[in-house]
Amino acid sequence: MARQVFAYIIHKDGIADDTALEMIAAAGKIDPDASVTAVVAGAGSELASVCNEVASSFAEVWKIDNQALAYVNAEMLRPMLVRILPERGIVLIPHDHFGMDLAPGLSIKLDAAYLPDAVDFEGIDEGKLKAVREEHTGQVSTHVLSDISEGAVITIRPGSFKAEESKSSEGNVVDKTAEAMEGGLLGGARRFLEIVEAEVGDVDITKSDILVSVGRGIEDEDNMEIVFDLAEAMGGDVSCSRPIVDAKWLEKSRQVGTSGQTVKPKVYMALGISGAFQHVGSLKGSPFVIAINKNPRAPIFQVADVGIVDDILDFIPELTDRINDLKSA
Amino acid sequence: MEILVCIKRVPDTSENEIEVNRDGTDIERDDLVYSVNEWDNYAVEEAIQIRDKVGGSVTVVSVGDEEAEEVLRRQMAMGADKGVLLSDDAFEGSDGKGLATILKAEVEKGNYDLILTGAQADDGAGQVGGMLAAMLDWPCASLVNFIEVVDDKKIKVGREIAGGNQEMYEVDLPCVLSIQTGINEPRYVGIRGIRKVASIKIPVHGTGDLGIAPEAVGEPGAKTKRLDYFVPELGEGAEILEGSTDEIIDKLIEFLKAKGGIK
Repeated sequence: MARQVFAYIIHKDGIADDTALEMIAAAGKIDPDASVTAVVAGAGSELASVCNEVASSFAEVWKIDNQALAYVNAEMLRPMLVRILPERGIVLIPHDHFGMDLAPGLSIKLDAAYLPDAVDFEGIDEGKLKAVREEHTGQVSTHVLSDISEGAVITIRPGSFKAEESKSSEGNVVDKTAEAMEGGLLGGARRFLEIVEAEVGDVDITKSDILVSVGRGIEDEDNMEIVFDLAEAMGGDVSCSRPIVDAKWLEKSRQVGTSGQTVKPKVYMALGISGAFQHVGSLKGSPFVIAINKNPRAPIFQVADVGIVDDILDFIPELTDRINDLKSA
Repeated sequence: MEILVCIKRVPDTSENEIEVNRDGTDIERDDLVYSVNEWDNYAVEEAIQIRDKVGGSVTVVSVGDEEAEEVLRRQMAMGADKGVLLSDDAFEGSDGKGLATILKAEVEKGNYDLILTGAQADDGAGQVGGMLAAMLDWPCASLVNFIEVVDDKKIKVGREIAGGNQEMYEVDLPCVLSIQTGINEPRYVGIRGIRKVASIKIPVHGTGDLGIAPEAVGEPGAKTKRLDYFVPELGEGAEILEGSTDEIIDKLIEFLKAKGGIK
């Protein structure tokens, strides 16, 4: 019998996330013969339209429809999944803020192996799956071997598996709600209250053509001035990576990354930014990326078009002066 | 409120270039600067602030060898009341589930209302908090960037989600939360603070003290094992500009002009 792989589908406003198709590609890399079932949870008409959408690329779609999942709370969903998933199944979940909330506990409840944040697979040998992960903020990679013979929960890094052109399929939508609800609703010890929307900042970096983006390499709040000076000389806006917002040196609305903004400038200057996937994954529209970092091993150099290995504290003021000279010449 | 914070000693990636050793069995550990995992540091600060507001105590715990004692002591200098080291040869090679199993045994020796972990550590897995909660059958929230104690039965938490938005939940105690960076501004720990706690004895618990079967943890209990470290060959990467600073700037300005990087 073909190996059963389940892909948990993240969706919003009735539309499946890009990771839905990426998980089909990931499942194919785990086992080309796997049968892949989409699992979609939610409520009402939004859920119905997601199920229709994914049925065109998955052979089978399992639906859990309950008003309590109108906003999906991982704590409530987890016991439902435990009820419907078969023993020894392989469950794929995107490694995003939702997957990170759901998946580790799910692996315990299913008594399955847990393989977090996989970026590639290199086949199964005697029930053991060989996968690639990253450690130390992407500076090194590792091969891991995971014993999936008794089932596994695997989180997939968004963007790591190239979504296949959807092989058109007319998938069956199977309503699993009754089975998922058998024994009642659990997970009530964590109750959803509301979404607090991000504050709107003074600059909308999602609209900027030129972004001068600063990271941990700036070292001190007092040094931020040189970044603003460079941005002014170039006619761009200042954005940043996460540590700058954590340190409260810039407002959250200027952060590029999965927990911040997705940007699509023409030119992106990454200053002292290491280039964690949460950051570079939010650069869209193929900007021309210039990275300046004193660590030649920084992952940002893998995604940049042009790199300069130098201390930004020395380099930026000189660059700013030269651009200003050029403009006044 | 009795709070337990799980912490880990890790290479400080902001201070180090991480290199793979010759045979790929490990990273080069000579000359690495170690520190407390950044996420854990925010978790300890949060625990201290909660204790200072509502009373109780903060215990820091780490699974590791005797070198992990230095980060326990640092967090005690920061303000944690107690430290516990969970150390045993049998713990070596534990995967996330193994670590959660060890921590669960320690949790059950105490009477905790709240357990904090960092959202992730050096291996980027982000797994131990969620696993520990599931083993304890306690509620859990990950990527927490806001905590407000409502009363001695429940707390309000914010989770960081996409686009700078935040999910708010009310959670019953006891619970497990994994803490995201930026939730607070961790206080500075000076040499004097560390000296003050230098002579405090830190208890060490092993399999016997914790009642753990050695084969359930460590390498034998691990379903997911690291085989090797390597540096991936990813495409060509950036064209690295070389020469004197002036020459580099000349080349860079040509690129900027061509690509619309100077307005």
